[in-house]
Amino acid sequence: MTSEQPNPEMLSALDRPNSYIGKTVPRPNLDRLMQGRGLYVSDVELPRMAHVVFVRSPHAHARIVGIDASPAKQMPGVIAVVSGSELAAVITPWIGVLSHLKGLKSAPQSAIAIDHVCWQGEAVAAVVANSRAQAEDAAELVSVEYQELDAVTDMRAALDPATAVIHASLGDNLAFERNHDAGAVDQAFAESDEVVDAEFIFGRHTGVTLEPRAVVADWNAAEARLTIYQGTQAPHMVQNIAALHLGLKESQVRVVCKDVGGSFGIKVHIYADEMATYALSRLLRRPVKFVADRVESFNTDIHARDHRCKGKIGVKRDGTITAFEIDDLTGIGPYSMYPRTSAIEANQVVNLVGGPYVTRNYRARARVVFQNKNVMCQYRAVGHPIACSVTEGLVDLAAMKIGMDPVEIRRRNLIADNAYPCASPSGLRFEQLSHHAALSKLVQMMDYEALRAEQSTLRARNIYRGIGVASFIEVTNPSAAFYGVGGAKISSQDGVAVRLDAQGSVICQTSITEQGQGSESLTAQIVGSVLGVSMDRVRVILGDTDNTPYGGGTWASRGAGIGGEAALQATKVLRKNILDVAAAILQSTAGELDIVNNAVVTVVDGAPRIELSELARIVYFRPDTLPPGMQPELMATRHFVPREYPFAFTNGVQASWLEVDIDTGFVKLLKHWVVEDCGTIINPQLVDEQIRGGVVQGLGAALFEKCVYDERGQLTNANMADYLVPMSGEMPDIDVGHVVSPTLESELGAKGAGEAGTAGAAAAVTNAINDALKPFGAVITEIPLTPQVILTALRRI
Amino acid sequence: MTATVAISLSVNGELVEASVLPRLNLADFLREHLKLTGTHLGCEHGVCGACTVRVNGDIVRSCLMLAVQTDNAKVETIEGLSDSGEIADLQSAFRERNALQCGFCTPGMLMAAQDLLQQSPTPDREQIREHLSGNYCRCTGYQAIVDAVETTARARTGRLP
Repeated sequence: MTSEQPNPEMLSALDRPNSYIGKTVPRPNLDRLMQGRGLYVSDVELPRMAHVVFVRSPHAHARIVGIDASPAKQMPGVIAVVSGSELAAVITPWIGVLSHLKGLKSAPQSAIAIDHVCWQGEAVAAVVANSRAQAEDAAELVSVEYQELDAVTDMRAALDPATAVIHASLGDNLAFERNHDAGAVDQAFAESDEVVDAEFIFGRHTGVTLEPRAVVADWNAAEARLTIYQGTQAPHMVQNIAALHLGLKESQVRVVCKDVGGSFGIKVHIYADEMATYALSRLLRRPVKFVADRVESFNTDIHARDHRCKGKIGVKRDGTITAFEIDDLTGIGPYSMYPRTSAIEANQVVNLVGGPYVTRNYRARARVVFQNKNVMCQYRAVGHPIACSVTEGLVDLAAMKIGMDPVEIRRRNLIADNAYPCASPSGLRFEQLSHHAALSKLVQMMDYEALRAEQSTLRARNIYRGIGVASFIEVTNPSAAFYGVGGAKISSQDGVAVRLDAQGSVICQTSITEQGQGSESLTAQIVGSVLGVSMDRVRVILGDTDNTPYGGGTWASRGAGIGGEAALQATKVLRKNILDVAAAILQSTAGELDIVNNAVVTVVDGAPRIELSELARIVYFRPDTLPPGMQPELMATRHFVPREYPFAFTNGVQASWLEVDIDTGFVKLLKHWVVEDCGTIINPQLVDEQIRGGVVQGLGAALFEKCVYDERGQLTNANMADYLVPMSGEMPDIDVGHVVSPTLESELGAKGAGEAGTAGAAAAVTNAINDALKPFGAVITEIPLTPQVILTALRRI
Repeated sequence: MTATVAISLSVNGELVEASVLPRLNLADFLREHLKLTGTHLGCEHGVCGACTVRVNGDIVRSCLMLAVQTDNAKVETIEGLSDSGEIADLQSAFRERNALQCGFCTPGMLMAAQDLLQQSPTPDREQIREHLSGNYCRCTGYQAIVDAVETTARARTGRLP
């Protein structure tokens, strides 16, 4: 589907001299980051800027009895100490629900807690001072009297009637429940030769963006405008929400997002402390800066996963999978996050389990419960690692039970590559996937047979290596079906404005954002390719609600597929406009002309006729020489969102090759392979690096990362020394291969690749460890796979 | 509150005189007093490596060093190494290999990589991974960084890529 009539000349665009689509070219503007001359929010300084430090609850659940701020207010440099009720005068509370997630409930949440704190780390007061050090000094003198309440920590206990209800007005601790029943599940299990079940446990982990969340809010009382400098993935969403809760028009709020030091979904949300910072700026009529320190990041950046999922699979002797069933329980902390909600992940798990396979019989229940822990919400590959680990874990268990090779059972059950379009058991519609081509490529890349032989040889020498394979589907290019239909004002369309400046260079404003994925690069590549100009002539502007078209931003693997298509369509219009002017100037026709290497040329022989700089000079400075009635438009804007398919599903498969030390429980990752299909590839290197980065985040979840809470809801490893993330020394080299099935929903054909790595890595590693431990009859269905978990499974501790 | 202390040091070749509180760490001194924002703060407890700078030729975590400890010292930051051209080839290799995504870890990563290449001109991949294992990168998965450092090492020693 395209918004413009196809221009026959454009069909050859990919073969033109300025074709950058499909080519590896370095990202523009990297020097800025490599020389330390970027502008992250933590670098932003404004005149009269004050710093805020939040006093945070040491208790997971308590009533605030009283706050004495008077000693703090006397401290040097202190401008104000503000409580939740004082701040409520300028900002309204919110409730994180979406109407299409039927039954989802949550309680009103305030920017700063009033009366009641629900997790350790919730802000109870703000101290604003001339420097952060002064604010921190004063914060220590704010005394808060609490009445501690019972903390709800275990998600299973949360639903027990004997357990305290966190928000009395909600009646219980169940935030959301979804049930799904397709096909004839009971009959399928009854007719199976084997039925295998297991409980899969996923630890809570978090994003650990290297730059902590940061915001500078600048309320200019004279202009009645709020400028928010924030490292966010969705500037227009921030604009909308800030305006809504501060009682402003959207036009009174500008969101500026320059360099962002890591995001991964952590920075696609709006946090209470960020809302408080906007409100403080309004209250105090001056710029206020908040930069989370690392302990605050661990306690307040959204956490992810935290699922216990019972899974069941039926299988015939010949390997046919007959049915899947899951019962998933997930803990989301005390509030459903605003505005995207914390029920999306469980919903995704229901959607995605069994997704790569043919079986129609699928029953699922997902329950989402409140707890007195930090809020859990969308993080890279929302729901995918859970669904993939459960599905692929069950498939391996089934294979083990019937004595079939893990690759073979997948070959027998993956949806055939010529079966599309079709739908999954949960009703997802697939346009075109390539599971079998991907699996074949993977098997060849890793030399599966040779690895199996090596594994067998080494096993005889008491070296325990394992191979794990995991197929997956990935949600990308989300339409309004994700949030818009639920009432959230989160744009699913993106827009691009592209213009030729007076010297023949191209300025491109896009609503997608850059957090290192390469949004600037892919946009410049598309614009340069379509227009016929060199990339160094294209300047991309993004991350500024005053200066970009309205759009969603960069999340859920949508930048290339949605923003890229908008860039393509806008540039096609600009190209047509330029050729129309050129035809007038050259007394030719647009059809006889083309643009190549920054100049208008004759199609038939490629002879240069007029440089774009000269054309621009005429249009801007000597329009009097153009034919009467001609008003050239050297600027064009187009927006795009997929309409026919709610999501562009992609697929892929990963494999892990690793060694388990059965004495220490340590795992050494030896090699990792990924084959994925993201449709049209705009920049192969950027795609591969997205995948590798995603894989390593998945490996972190698989092996190291876990937010450890005690029974009182205290996060006991809220620092980088105790919370482990993958380091260069432990990570393997990762080979990435591709199958290319472009989506027909756009002319560009690009689907997303941002979640693929994270989606399948943990499943591949878990399956590999179980494969390595096969001689011991040990099966593990829990991550992170710490030495303790492995040694326990081996009954060595 | 303790009184300020006068310090005198060289930062990227320039003489700097300042009065600082004893508790001020070097990273905050560079960022807030000298406005050298290339030194990044990721954790403020010496784990992530984003604040790595060179003091008297050795790389240190500037969040774990106090500004007063640098009296009479020679401090070099990413801005200095960039302007002098000392790591131009390393930066070029990072650019070609897309060895950075968000770029927040990159100054510290480049400082650590240059330190390795000065100590050990022909490191193998495992040595590179080991030397960089004090620097977090949450975006790249490290492989591209290892590739870029390896490429630079080979080029500097005249070996074929």
